[in-house]
Amino acid sequence: MAHTADDMMARPAGKSWWRTNQRRLAPWLFLAPGVFMFMLYVIYPIISSIWLSFYDWDGLGAKTWLGLDNYRELFADDNFYTSLWNNVIWLVFFMLAVPAGLFMAIFLNQTVTGIRIYKSLFFFPFVISQVVVGLIFSWFYAPNFGLLYKLIEWATGTGIAFLAEPQYVTYALVAAGLWPQIAYCMILYLTGLNNVSPDQVEAARLDGAKGWKMLWFVILPQLRPATFIAIVVTVIGALRSFDIVSIMTDGGPFGSSRVLSFYMYEQALSEYGYRMGYGAAIAVILFAIMMVFITGFIWKMVRDESGV
Amino acid sequence: MIKFSLKSALAGVAVAALMASSAMAEKRVLKYNADFDPIPLAAFEALIADFEAANPDVDVQLTNFDHEGYKTAIRNFLTADSPDLANWYAGNRMAPFVNSGQFMDVSDVWEANNLKEELASSLDGMTMDGKQWGIPYTYYQWGVYYNKEVYAKVGVSEPKNWDEFVSNCEKFSAAGIDCLTTGTKALWPGAGIFDYINLRTNGYQFHMDLANGKVPWTDDKVKATFANWAKIVPYITKNHAAIDWQDANALLAQGKAANFVIGNFAVGELKKAGMTNDTLGFLQFPEITAGVPRAEEAPTDTIHIPAGAKNVDDAKKFLAFVASADVQTKLNAALGQLPTNSKSTAADDPFIQAGFKTVSTAQGVAQFFDRDAPAEMAKIGMEGFQQFMVQPEKVDEILERLEKARQRIYK
Repeated sequence: MAHTADDMMARPAGKSWWRTNQRRLAPWLFLAPGVFMFMLYVIYPIISSIWLSFYDWDGLGAKTWLGLDNYRELFADDNFYTSLWNNVIWLVFFMLAVPAGLFMAIFLNQTVTGIRIYKSLFFFPFVISQVVVGLIFSWFYAPNFGLLYKLIEWATGTGIAFLAEPQYVTYALVAAGLWPQIAYCMILYLTGLNNVSPDQVEAARLDGAKGWKMLWFVILPQLRPATFIAIVVTVIGALRSFDIVSIMTDGGPFGSSRVLSFYMYEQALSEYGYRMGYGAAIAVILFAIMMVFITGFIWKMVRDESGV
Repeated sequence: MIKFSLKSALAGVAVAALMASSAMAEKRVLKYNADFDPIPLAAFEALIADFEAANPDVDVQLTNFDHEGYKTAIRNFLTADSPDLANWYAGNRMAPFVNSGQFMDVSDVWEANNLKEELASSLDGMTMDGKQWGIPYTYYQWGVYYNKEVYAKVGVSEPKNWDEFVSNCEKFSAAGIDCLTTGTKALWPGAGIFDYINLRTNGYQFHMDLANGKVPWTDDKVKATFANWAKIVPYITKNHAAIDWQDANALLAQGKAANFVIGNFAVGELKKAGMTNDTLGFLQFPEITAGVPRAEEAPTDTIHIPAGAKNVDDAKKFLAFVASADVQTKLNAALGQLPTNSKSTAADDPFIQAGFKTVSTAQGVAQFFDRDAPAEMAKIGMEGFQQFMVQPEKVDEILERLEKARQRIYK
């Protein structure tokens, strides 16, 4: 490619604008596709959800501006508080997956013939789809023929249909959700345990540490990155517990097992849901709750990386 | 559920594509989105074959969705990729699509084919703003289906009125049998019980006024309905909130329950579960307030032309075809349901005949709570009905909540 004389005149000695700014621009250019996708699929939907939450819209016809009415209604809505409370139950009890996964990982972290088979069997629940987990557990709880129902009937004389009892139903759902989540935490800890330094364990042993002390003061501190990830995925898993609720109870009986994500779906998109604005308002609240956790996680990550 | 619907939708698309490629190029395509279960699907494939034989230049491409998934899918395809024909339901259930201009006015099809007379019983349910928005092709009665063997075992006879029904319940309960079964996991089966008790307690007009938001839920008449309902709540299958209507079918067939308030579509399933015309009985829901004219529950299934349809002429031809008397006779014989055309004949089956007699002599025909009331009210209402059957002591709290919802929804 021969340069014309004019070109040479305008940018002497090859010091083009591009050349001078190359180092500053290159990172942005490489980031551009990612930033574009992030804007289109994350930022734009967030903004439009917030915008939508100020309207009354059935998803088909014209929108009517409501201002803060959706939020006013939401804060006077018993169903909203039921869902919020269920989200809290999910968050608290879902956390059991972290210690349970840890103990299972420690239990499986040994060299016996065929241990890989056992490990994969324990990991199995995480591999199957949440929908299948939900179906299996609904049969487990099912009145009249479910295994758990029959067991309780055999032991006490009357079976309990957990999915029909408003006071138990959410706990029954969390138990179903825990099954795959424990397997997930277990795998995280198993990989973490691979990286525990044998020297330190050896040194601790010489100093007379064993059992709980060994676990608490020597092993756990080394597992901190695995614990962090396990907590992050469990918190997020608890907040987006949608599939289990949808498959096992559809939010019932009479809405007692709803969580915010399910309530949002129900209001905006389900069979009887034609309230996009109200659904969006619920989504905004859920987003705000998630932001609290996400900010916390990011803050911790930034702090760790800057080495304070 | 979404997964299943996607799969069947894809399968439907694949089938449609195959049919299209084998069809002759010059045929006019008529796209039809539907939500048929296996038995209705077979019936409609036969109907489509007949239509294509009568109109050799039209190629009907049927895309069948999963029944539950269809209810949410329709909102997407009406706005995004509209077919020429789509299934839906009569009554308030079609209001969102009519009000937003997604369904086409088909009053001319009704005029041209004298349908206002032939489909008179469905005219009300298909009319909004004085226009007709679709064609009804079938309806089915609701009522009390009961296990004759259980009745004989306990030694009770068919109840003539509510007091007899309640005293029968005491006898069934003493024998360890659920007097009334239902499965409210999907909510709607419970609404059938409410509709009937309200229709029998307060009559058709009051029931429709309630569904249309004209009467408060805290009205004494509504409380009377719930008081009558409370009499049988202890005898309703426990744990109904955790089971589906198919599970309740099994309880009735196994003799663990005596009565089931359900639509006629359950008969096929009940027979599959081992019941026969000799063991399965049909009862009109018993009288509660003496002198209230008898009204029945008979939901109507319909076909509509979306506003975005490309082949409107053939779609209207199809609607006229489906509405005609002979076609409805043949279709409903295959469906095991009632034809909406008054000149059609109902099939020779004891349940269809009983239903035909019941509905055609009724003073009023309700669609069903989730079709008569707007979607939002239906959802909140059906949740209240389910809660009442679990916690009858909370009736006042439930009615307060429904009343609060009514004031917000019907503005």
